[in-house]
Amino acid sequence: MTISEKIIAAHVGYKVSPGDLVISPVDGVMATDTTAPLALKAFEAMGGKGVFDKEKVILVLDHAVPPPNERIANLHSLMRKFANEQNIKLFEIGEGICHQVMVEHHYVKPGDIFIGADSHTPTYGALNAFACGVGSTDLAATMLTGKIWLKVPESIKIVCNGKLQEGVSAKDLILHLVGQLTISGATYQAIEFEGEAFEGMTLASRMTIANMVAEMGGKTGIVNPKGLVLDYDFEPIYPDSDAVYKQIYEFDVSDLEPQVAAPPSPDKVENISATEGTKIDYAFIGTCCNGRLEDLRAAADVLKGKRIKEGVRFMIAPASKSTMLDAMNDGTLQILIEAGASIITPGCGPCVGTHQGVPGDDEVVISAANRNFRGRMGNPNSNIYLAAPATVAASALTGKITSPKNIS
Amino acid sequence: MVYVYGDNIDTDRIIPGKYTKTLDLSTLADHVLEDLDPSFSKNVQDGDIIVAGENFGCGSSREQAPIAIKQSGVAVVIAEDFARIFFRNAINIGLPVLEIGKHNIKIGAEIKYDLKTGEVHDLSADKKYTAVKLPQIMIDILNEGGLVAYLKKNKTYKVS
Repeated sequence: MTISEKIIAAHVGYKVSPGDLVISPVDGVMATDTTAPLALKAFEAMGGKGVFDKEKVILVLDHAVPPPNERIANLHSLMRKFANEQNIKLFEIGEGICHQVMVEHHYVKPGDIFIGADSHTPTYGALNAFACGVGSTDLAATMLTGKIWLKVPESIKIVCNGKLQEGVSAKDLILHLVGQLTISGATYQAIEFEGEAFEGMTLASRMTIANMVAEMGGKTGIVNPKGLVLDYDFEPIYPDSDAVYKQIYEFDVSDLEPQVAAPPSPDKVENISATEGTKIDYAFIGTCCNGRLEDLRAAADVLKGKRIKEGVRFMIAPASKSTMLDAMNDGTLQILIEAGASIITPGCGPCVGTHQGVPGDDEVVISAANRNFRGRMGNPNSNIYLAAPATVAASALTGKITSPKNIS
Repeated sequence: MVYVYGDNIDTDRIIPGKYTKTLDLSTLADHVLEDLDPSFSKNVQDGDIIVAGENFGCGSSREQAPIAIKQSGVAVVIAEDFARIFFRNAINIGLPVLEIGKHNIKIGAEIKYDLKTGEVHDLSADKKYTAVKLPQIMIDILNEGGLVAYLKKNKTYKVS
């Protein structure tokens, strides 16, 4: 069996094959301020009185924090009220992005099946967990029953041989893979990432990889746990040697250049040379894809002692309060602020187009996020390029898309 | 009226994120497909049909996307295939979706469809398509009118 099949089999208690329909117990469920209000309404309409397990249902305020208007403030109040009544955990405004806090606070662990009402829930594949995104009503059903119905997905394997060059990051690698497989390349499937390029990666980098499984349509994506280091003991789950894959892709990534996804789709990916020199107005680092300490440090390495280009604005939303504190304590934030960055509340920030930095008409954004669909950041008349944090920082410095390799 | 759109219509284009944070679901229909087809919300009428290419509804897990389409009066979305979260969400909230594979349906075509058999008949081109059959649990959920009603009745999932 593949990693996904092994995790599902361990939960349902029998061997499974792709295509089987199973009803599986889950180890955790999470919803955010975009998805929870509808889920809570559905939960009540289902006749729900109490959640299936108070320790395993978590709400996070992260998509529109602090609330930009009274409508959203009232939705936050609704979530707080539910959390109080049910005695479940709610992460308050500024605690961080749902996926970051789930991992930091150990709500999801290797071998778990975790259901999140957010499409980037596969991020926990970094942890050797089977994690799927769902919508609000599915989430409500899982809060009520502690179960999810799943079709066991076919697995595809992506093998990346070779080591990434200095200055080329996990983001460049996953952008490259999204470009190769396309936005529908893994629809309904589970991806397994394997090979030398992943083995030396930190948990944070693995999260960046698994995060963008959503941009290939995958149901989940799991990084092979070889080389995974966590701050607690765990039992890694590897695929069986006779595991069956629908397809195996193999890449040599030792010569990979920094990558950029051009608007309006995360799979319009090319080597940075194709877009280098494009004038930018706005740079953004943050999100569940790239708002972690190593991402902020990568930006600080580029910007230390320098100032960003006049006329460019540069927003940074750390992935969590703990990330922000770490970046404060090690001097990273000071470098970034002195370089001209504005630090905003930990959370999804401008990525979801609700507030905290909507681009103007005809403006060009370079972002470390995972999506650049038309209108994504709140204005359909702006253009968003996606890149690694170091590339975003280098571009903020020069005012045009710039490879970090060209900054001395 | 049959509206035809292309491949990879993402949920940001179905309903931009800035409109999703509400429980007043009727407001979603005012902005449905706003960044793809600005005239859609003004012209759409009850019973209209959306036809699309592959991977319809990719991107965000926002259930507000199928809700916005349903609220607008659209009776069914027919596509080559769907993104998985959108597909589940649509069934869960009771928006009919038919996955028919490669097709050649043109804007304004006259279409007859049967949700029970999954048959889609493009009368303008006299071409018939058959939708991929749903797993039984989805048929059960649809038959109850959505997942809320299904669970209200059954309390938990049942495999029939």
